[in-house]
Amino acid sequence: MAQLPPAFRFRMPAEATPLGFRQTPRDVLLEVEGLRKQFPRADSAAVENVAFALGEGELMALLGPSGCGKTTTLRMIGGFEAPDAGHIRLRGRDVTRLPPEQRGIGFVFQDYALFPHLDVLANVRFGLRGMPPAEAETRARDMLALVGLGDLAGRKPHELSGGQQQRVALARTLAPAPPLVLLDEPFSNLDAAMRVETRQEVRKLLKTTGSAAILVTHDQEEALALSDRIVVMEAGKVCQIGTPDEIYRNPVSAFVASFIGRSNIVEGRASGMDVETAFGRLPLSRAANGRVSLAVRPEQIMLEPDPAGPAAIVGREYRGHDQLYWVQEGERCMLVISGPGAQIDLGTRVRLRICDCVTPLT
Amino acid sequence: MAATETRTFNPGRRMPAVRIVFSVLGLLIGGLMLLPLVWLVMRAFQADLPTVWSMLTRPRTLQMLLNTLALVVCTLALATAMALPLAWLVSRTNLRWRRLVNVLAVIPLATPGYVMAYALIGLSGNFGFMNQVFGVTIPRLEGLFGATLALSLYTFPYIYLNLRAAFAGLDQSLEEAARALGATPREVFVRVTLPHLMPALMAGWLVVGLYVIGDFGAVALMRYEVFSYAIYIQYSAAFDRIYAAWLALILIAIALSVVWWESRLREGASYARTGSGTGTQRRRVALPAAGQALGLTFVGLVVLASIGLPLAVLSFWMMRLDDLPAILPALLRAFSQSLSAAVPAAVLAAAMALPVAVLAVRYPSPLSTLINRLAFVGYAVPALAFALAFVFFSLNGARFLYQTHLLLVLVYALSFLALALGPIRSALYQVRPSLEESARSLGHGPVSVFARVTLPTIRPGVVAGMVLVFVIAMKELPIAFLLAPTGFRPLAITMFSRTSEGMLMDAAPYAAAIMVFSALFVGFVLRHDRKAGG
Repeated sequence: MAQLPPAFRFRMPAEATPLGFRQTPRDVLLEVEGLRKQFPRADSAAVENVAFALGEGELMALLGPSGCGKTTTLRMIGGFEAPDAGHIRLRGRDVTRLPPEQRGIGFVFQDYALFPHLDVLANVRFGLRGMPPAEAETRARDMLALVGLGDLAGRKPHELSGGQQQRVALARTLAPAPPLVLLDEPFSNLDAAMRVETRQEVRKLLKTTGSAAILVTHDQEEALALSDRIVVMEAGKVCQIGTPDEIYRNPVSAFVASFIGRSNIVEGRASGMDVETAFGRLPLSRAANGRVSLAVRPEQIMLEPDPAGPAAIVGREYRGHDQLYWVQEGERCMLVISGPGAQIDLGTRVRLRICDCVTPLT
Repeated sequence: MAATETRTFNPGRRMPAVRIVFSVLGLLIGGLMLLPLVWLVMRAFQADLPTVWSMLTRPRTLQMLLNTLALVVCTLALATAMALPLAWLVSRTNLRWRRLVNVLAVIPLATPGYVMAYALIGLSGNFGFMNQVFGVTIPRLEGLFGATLALSLYTFPYIYLNLRAAFAGLDQSLEEAARALGATPREVFVRVTLPHLMPALMAGWLVVGLYVIGDFGAVALMRYEVFSYAIYIQYSAAFDRIYAAWLALILIAIALSVVWWESRLREGASYARTGSGTGTQRRRVALPAAGQALGLTFVGLVVLASIGLPLAVLSFWMMRLDDLPAILPALLRAFSQSLSAAVPAAVLAAAMALPVAVLAVRYPSPLSTLINRLAFVGYAVPALAFALAFVFFSLNGARFLYQTHLLLVLVYALSFLALALGPIRSALYQVRPSLEESARSLGHGPVSVFARVTLPTIRPGVVAGMVLVFVIAMKELPIAFLLAPTGFRPLAITMFSRTSEGMLMDAAPYAAAIMVFSALFVGFVLRHDRKAGG
């Protein structure tokens, strides 16, 4: 960091700090601060002191295991749950106590929630209140064309496939041009192949319309692939906020390190930008001192067959584009990913080498 | 900011307006259910305690209690004896024509108890069906025997429908597991199958039991002394109001104790299937030739008694009617009078059921539970007692309602509210909350969402509820009997009074009209049943 030129350092966005919710590089659209929600008859708060900011047109993922409070957070922003404490501001206006219909925030539900008694066109027109009928019709047809369903305007929702229903739900939500769209596990009802295809379409669509979006997901791959920034949540609290790359490379905690991708946790003694470990002296990605836990990604470890090596292969999974090895070294079992080359047999003695800087965890 | 503060709403802390309005409406409806019962109690306690005591300890009162219990037990036994084999044959064997049998087993619902009683009475006597067709004169059927026959031939389909659903829901692998553990087929039936059928059987018994306790037409025609018959006598002839009030209270107490008893038993007998897997093909018992013959003979006897009998007797009397066109105007007048009460009652019942159902489904709370319980009061309280309570209420509490058409419609709606509630509530359960929430996020306020999303989505349920109430009200007898304004003589009353006066021929066209309407009702139930099952 010290080597960076001053100008570059100045432009470093706040995202780079571990809990970077001070500011965003863009104009702020949504600010959430101190959000808290406890449900009746629950032992602990479902959401506790959640805070983040979202820029205009930004795509953000709320990522975490089920029950971490991400959907509750989303529903509070949408106006479907009242927070016990905290504030939600949209373009500087406090909307915390406004009913959903006065917020102008779009919401795409997990089950799409298409109105079964209305056809596709009427579904998309539903949110275009106060617009002259002819104009609303044109707008709705344009939105349907945008999602590629222009010819299905007269169908009823139950006559559509799952993917089509989802696109209608998106068109319906985007038709009133909300500055912000909330998506609750939008891809969970699609099969695996559809999911990958659809999420890129959704990203493109949102970028085309310029709407900012918050997406709730428990699928780290989805969050990494789709969003500009990720908010990682656990047990009602925010663990880390950052770009997908930052979160993957610099996880702040063992939880983030193992929830986003796979990680080996290694102990070490740090002094400044270096750390002393069982694998020798390694560079750190950020300064630390004293005893630390380190996250080491499986692809950061090199495997070298060595008859005198201290470790042995105890498990193996061939995955086509690469191979996964479980390597036992003393008491420790390490996960290693190596290229698709020649396979190393079970029981082979090996030596492990870490060939990258490692991340200290808090 | 202050301006927006005043019109904000907070789902967590303050009640939404819709909920407040519906709660108030629900409490009003619940109050309307209970209020008249207060007048009933007040009337009952107008006498001093020794008089009350002597009334209650009259040998006749005790006799009526025993009669009521005997009628319930006999009817349940006979109805079960018909329903259980039928349900087993249809759901678990390869009996021939079982699809047809399935329909035939439900059709008797189209013959209300008093029409069934009419058919049984029409068999007897010098000019009766048996003598004219077969040359055998049989005595007029009456008493416990006649009432049991009339009521069980009409009510056994309720038990049949419950049992059939239970057979369909019964995991057959349980029975197979019992067989694999060494139990004989008979042991399996007694130790595995029957216990699993018990909840359904009890649900059926509850419906039939309440019906029998509250029935008035069949027992009156069969001249069997139970409470409702005695209330009828007190009302139409002697009219000792205090005694009638006490009889009504006892009747209510019996009905409530049946409800209580059933819910207690059911608590101990709920069986949830553990594990998954319903896709197994249904295996049927292959009946040998003798078994087929025996099964079909049984089916034939039940069908002959429950469908053939009323049809034959009714056609017999209709054919003896020599001048049908002459009575047509009177028939039409009775029909239109029935309509004039049933149509508004159906609309009112659905309108009252709507807020009650919304409270139960969308805003569950102790208050909505209370309101929903109260909504069932009109259904659980025997019709004659309920109607009597409203007679007292309108005489002393709300004189402007006494003997009005409005009161009759209101009591119909309250009494059948529970019927309308069922389909509306299940339709609401199928409206996912996300549907309403997404309408909110698209800028629609609560009222607009209710009108534009909720109501259109549950429309089929609302219509179903209205149809149920309408058809039931078309053939309703006891409430009309007590509350009919002067000159109001709908189909049921006309038919009943002619039959009780022995004018079986004159009653026939009215009975036929009622059966046609009831058949519509059964067709409707069957269609729903198929939809739910399919």
